Amino acid sequence: MSAEKVKLLGHVEAINWNRIQDDKDVEVWNRLVNNFWLPEKVPLSNDVQSWHTLTPAEQQLTMRVFTGLTLLDTIQGTVGAVSLIPDALTPHEEAVYTNIAFMESVHAKSYSSIFSTLCSTKEIDDAFRWSLENEHLQKKAQIVMDYYQGEDPLKRKVASTLLESFLFYSGFYLPMFWSSHAKLTNTADLIRLIIRDEAVHGYYIGYKFQKGLELVSEEKRQEIKDYTFELLFELYENEVAYTHSLYDSVGLSEDVKKFLHYNANKALMNLGYEAMFPSSVTDVNPAILSALSPNADENHDFFSGSGSSYVIGKAVNTEDEDWDF
Amino acid sequence: MATLARDSHGTREASTGHDAGRGSFRVTSSHLIYFSSTSENTRRFVDKLGRDASRIPLLPTEVPLLATEPYVLILPTYGGTGGHGSVPKQVIKFLNVEQNRSLIRGVIGAGNTNFGDNYCMAGDIIAVKCHVPHLYRFELMGTPDDVRRVNEGLDTFWTRLSQNRN
Repeated sequence: MSAEKVKLLGHVEAINWNRIQDDKDVEVWNRLVNNFWLPEKVPLSNDVQSWHTLTPAEQQLTMRVFTGLTLLDTIQGTVGAVSLIPDALTPHEEAVYTNIAFMESVHAKSYSSIFSTLCSTKEIDDAFRWSLENEHLQKKAQIVMDYYQGEDPLKRKVASTLLESFLFYSGFYLPMFWSSHAKLTNTADLIRLIIRDEAVHGYYIGYKFQKGLELVSEEKRQEIKDYTFELLFELYENEVAYTHSLYDSVGLSEDVKKFLHYNANKALMNLGYEAMFPSSVTDVNPAILSALSPNADENHDFFSGSGSSYVIGKAVNTEDEDWDF
Repeated sequence: MATLARDSHGTREASTGHDAGRGSFRVTSSHLIYFSSTSENTRRFVDKLGRDASRIPLLPTEVPLLATEPYVLILPTYGGTGGHGSVPKQVIKFLNVEQNRSLIRGVIGAGNTNFGDNYCMAGDIIAVKCHVPHLYRFELMGTPDDVRRVNEGLDTFWTRLSQNRN
């Protein structure tokens, strides 16, 4: 890769946060700031005992998965989010991307915190070497890098949203799996913070993509839509190969693939497109879903429940200040 | 007397003379009321349902909405931390109108499981606050399965409510 291909903003004016063109910029900025965290706040050392209950093969798998995630976060922090700045529609959008870029660097660093807490230097070095040598991981990185250095701002946003909302999930699966087996639960808490951030990033970049689409011709919109699905298929094929290369040894590949389908649908929705994978292949293991979000299973829904009696709405006194529970 | 004007969404503009403090309302008889931010995710889901629905205004300068029939509320949660600020201020403003609060019968939450404990939390808060069931949760703009389940669920729900009333 040649650094000179990455564009820089040509002209800058002092940013005025008292003159807002798009309220979404402020809303997302505030959300990101409120969500700010650092790995030092998570008591990872409480996982040391749990780490030693994993077999050597399970430990190696976990480290490989985390170096894979480190690579994606590094790309997104150092190139991806930065490459979106010159295309920003508002100065506040530029500022949000700088926040996203920084947080991705925090994410990348947090995997090293996990490693230094749980593993030996030699194991860490081996895992990073593996990340350089795994062809599927390298291909995934290369595909995304190519689009970040390409000329089309909309395509860059598509690649970025697919990275934030799809490409991470072959990796995120494993800590959720361990968590559902009451293993590495503090590590899982840290990963959940990353997962939460990626949701806001994917939502925001996808939103800006849709704003950008409004400005182009119908013909261009169709071209971008075709491109999005082509890129998703290309990445998906590679993700399936990557998943098998990692998870076949522990017999989890099929379960991981459902998680990939489920998240591919969400990535498409972040871009404003309809979900593509049918529910027959997105039925994520309920243990994984509930490791992700404790009220995600359908037993929490009245429609899906056993017809428990409804409670009729009663008027209660409601004032603005009452709503912050 | 209120002066009424119909708009394309089956809602009417009304000036409620007896309630000068609140000014005028846009009156709706929809059984589905929703809030959607400029991301339009929730609006897209509601469009796919194909039911008559009214949107809570985004901007404080818009005429506020007044419900006249029992309704189910659909609203998103953007991933607040620990509940603070989960319910959009436009929805708080809408529910602070006593008539609106008295007619809510259920809530449907939109969100993203990536937000963990906060997934669809605005729906949870309103369900507790207004003593109505949290009927369903879906992510982003919903899948075709979500659309089918919500349409079937709402049909059953309204049928059961009307039977219980008799």
